[in-house]
Amino acid sequence: MTLKLRAALMAATALCGTSAMAETTLNALFMAQAAYSEDDIRAMTASFESAHPDVKINLEFVPYEGLHDKTVLSQGAGGGYDVVLFDVIWPAEYSENGILLDVSDKITEDMKAGILPGAWTTVDYDGKSYGMPWILDTKYLFYNKDMLKQAGIDTPPATWAELQEDAQTIKDAGLVDHPIVWSWAQAEAAICDYTTLLSAFGGDFLKEGAPEFQTGGGLDALHYMVDSYKSGLTNPNSKEFLEEDVRNVFQNGDAAFALNWTYMYNLANTSEESKVAGNVGVVPAPGVEGSSSVSAVNGSMGLGIPSTSENPDLAWDYIVHMTSQPVQDTYAKLSLPIWKSSYEDTAVTAGQEELIDAASKSLAAMYPRPMTPRYQEMSMALQQGIQEALLGMASPEDALQGAADNSGL
Amino acid sequence: MFSERMSPRALLLMLPLVLVMIAVIGWPLVDTIRLSMTDARLAGTSGEFIGADNYTKTVSSRNFQSAFWATMRFSVWSVLIELVLGVLVALLLNQRFYGRTLLRALMILPWALPTVVNATLWRLIYNPEYGALNALLTQIGMLDAYRSWLGEPSSAMTALIVADVWKNFPLVALIALAALQAVPKDIRAAAISDGANAWKRFRYVIMPYLIGPLMVALVLRTIEAFKVFDLIWIMTRGGPANSTRSLSILVYQEAFAFQRVGSGASLALIITLIITVLAVAYLMIMRRFAGEAR
Repeated sequence: MTLKLRAALMAATALCGTSAMAETTLNALFMAQAAYSEDDIRAMTASFESAHPDVKINLEFVPYEGLHDKTVLSQGAGGGYDVVLFDVIWPAEYSENGILLDVSDKITEDMKAGILPGAWTTVDYDGKSYGMPWILDTKYLFYNKDMLKQAGIDTPPATWAELQEDAQTIKDAGLVDHPIVWSWAQAEAAICDYTTLLSAFGGDFLKEGAPEFQTGGGLDALHYMVDSYKSGLTNPNSKEFLEEDVRNVFQNGDAAFALNWTYMYNLANTSEESKVAGNVGVVPAPGVEGSSSVSAVNGSMGLGIPSTSENPDLAWDYIVHMTSQPVQDTYAKLSLPIWKSSYEDTAVTAGQEELIDAASKSLAAMYPRPMTPRYQEMSMALQQGIQEALLGMASPEDALQGAADNSGL
Repeated sequence: MFSERMSPRALLLMLPLVLVMIAVIGWPLVDTIRLSMTDARLAGTSGEFIGADNYTKTVSSRNFQSAFWATMRFSVWSVLIELVLGVLVALLLNQRFYGRTLLRALMILPWALPTVVNATLWRLIYNPEYGALNALLTQIGMLDAYRSWLGEPSSAMTALIVADVWKNFPLVALIALAALQAVPKDIRAAAISDGANAWKRFRYVIMPYLIGPLMVALVLRTIEAFKVFDLIWIMTRGGPANSTRSLSILVYQEAFAFQRVGSGASLALIITLIITVLAVAYLMIMRRFAGEAR
């Protein structure tokens, strides 16, 4: 009944409007945080709509944290979305609960051959593909070139230990109070920073399904965070920061180093946005001597079709358009393409050679967060553990043990 | 109400409403109770019957206990401060002075703001790098350096309570102001000519008129505060280290983020039970004062 009603309403609207064509409406869920800007996504969508005049796409933008809950909730309520953006950590849970359509057989040979292998790990679970990779992202180490020069530092740090030393030099030179800024709020953002460090220290999240992060590299990672926080080298407000706060502090010239996603590079280098435009350097997040040369977290995201969609074929066409090479190449300033050959295209690389160079190393080193249907619970337990250790409410050992006990795994 | 005899015709006329109420209130409640005794998940499985397991697990869990005490702290302090501040402001606004109407209108503003707007506003004020509070306190010399308000467990809850008080004391003030206007002028005049001082006039002349409406405000505000979700969700998301996670946030996470609707339902019903106790207290107070007024 609702379908008929909706069709009737649409017909009525179409008749009232300039076009007499019957319209199909797709509802798409995106995020308003990092990567492509809302304007970019609207422009990409407009080009799809102009090629398909009978299709109208409703865009909804929510904060990152709302993506998962909205997708799952709409499923519980019988649907509503035709296209959803999903994070690399959700396919396991979505697959177990049948939330996304398996689109493995829609993926063409050209796509398989043309897209970076790392990108596929974003949408694949248990041998099936649940969408198309769209945002290929990881955390990079950004630095303020001016500050490093003034402190007499020639090359950005290659190891996490060097980062501490360089930060100390900058702090001692009185250039800035707290040289490093991170996103350690009680949110997924903190897990991304932690994962970057965990991968650098050669740690593991899980071993045979059981938590392993409370030992070895996982513990070293939290020790590093706590040391950096207590020494004052890290901005103490990092514990309530998300990515946009990190960007604000960094582009206001209040930090020498920042860990953040791709999108910050071009925004912090734009003079309308930033006081440090032209002084922003980017390198892969450092490594740890003896265990890694660079470190990176897989922070990629994909576009998928909820199993309740009434127009899965049209939704797929839209996804193919959004993830296509021409579209991605056009909007490559805030998020880098998933296509291999784009990285050799001077139209894409022009003006952001430094970022492309860092990406070539970082994207190859992307470390996954655990693929488990219980990811949300583990992540929240870990967020709490990290904050307890930072705030001195527990030792890193106890905090991580508590997180492991509380992780539901 | 039911003691008065009802004609079959009256009952018949009420039937449609009763049916609607059963459909929109009764059925969801019964279904939630059923759900709370299963291990159902949000998507995928509708769950098996597991009896009272969810309840025993919930009540004994560390998460529930810490969320319960966080909610208590939030409710008790914000309601208490709102009551005191509300009465003081009402007493002030009950005086005759130039610009009183304007001030009364201004007072309503915070209460008229949506909670989301209020929370975002206070988050900006508390911003550790660029916030107005840090700027103010350092400029008047009360603070040496900028500090984090929402990032420290010791100050985060207080910061939330201040934000809640700012938004909600006008409601209490409004109720109190209405009550104050019911105090007969001649009794006041009599008290003054009998030589009663300001405190005694407040205690013995004004208070009897104020107490009933204030109890109503107290119970209403407590119920509201106990259900707090949006304010905290926007300002701290329950952080730092879950020190400001309220019961409602716990329900939301349990049912929707972790997808355990069964145990989420049991948690929601426990909160409902607590709030029901408050609501019953509210009804009893209302009856008592309605009786006295007669």
